[in-house]
Amino acid sequence: MSTTNSSIRTPLGRVRYLGSAHAGTADFFRQRLTGVAMTLLMIPAIVIVMMLLGRNQAGAAQILGSLPIAVILLLFIVASAWHMKIGMQVVIEDYVHDEKLKLLAIIGNHFFTWVVALVAIYALVKLSSGV
Amino acid sequence: MTARIERPLSPHLQTYKWTMTMAMSIVHRVTGIALYVGTILLAWWLMAAASGPSAYATFQDFTGSFIGRLIVFGYTWALIHHLLSGIRHLVWDLGYGFGKKEREWLTWGALIGSITLTILLWIIAFVAGGAR
Repeated sequence: MSTTNSSIRTPLGRVRYLGSAHAGTADFFRQRLTGVAMTLLMIPAIVIVMMLLGRNQAGAAQILGSLPIAVILLLFIVASAWHMKIGMQVVIEDYVHDEKLKLLAIIGNHFFTWVVALVAIYALVKLSSGV
Repeated sequence: MTARIERPLSPHLQTYKWTMTMAMSIVHRVTGIALYVGTILLAWWLMAAASGPSAYATFQDFTGSFIGRLIVFGYTWALIHHLLSGIRHLVWDLGYGFGKKEREWLTWGALIGSITLTILLWIIAFVAGGAR
């Protein structure tokens, strides 16, 4: 509430109808969507990791280069990258209150997620193309 | 410009009695953050496999070391716990399991289940990996 208010509009009147873009549940839904996706992919992903244990690079590369395994891992990587980007953003918004620091942290979150996801995706594509 | 009005604040964390659901809510966040950082390991692993034998050997040396094993063990538990705890949250999202008994059962179930499954997975891993 203002003590020296140059406008005759009330504080409530100024903010009314400015609030929602009605897109607020997009991240909420996507976080759950990717969570459900990873729940379904978890057993195949664990089986793939078990298959790779104790193998050398040649053996691992051969398994990772097969189509169903590469696709399962690609789906898992995309879902987890999306999920963790949203999750970390929620954490940042909850605990980082300084606006500049918050912006910096959110940019860093995007960068980290993109780098990790693209490195993993590039590696899988490279393994599948056999070069 | 704007004078701050002293409004009553809601009590913060330290005021409340610790409950299992509250502790596990924090654990869900912490495991989520750990998994976030841990994806570096996943990217490294795939990159090493794509790079060649020496890069893969370096990765295996790390995961085979004591510290490496500890990290991967922690990562396994964090993953399984976040999974089970996440399923619990999906149940709550759908509007079920809010009763006094159910919510405690779900929370303990996620914790006990994650510890049991992690140990079980590592036994299977040793059997599967050790056989090669």
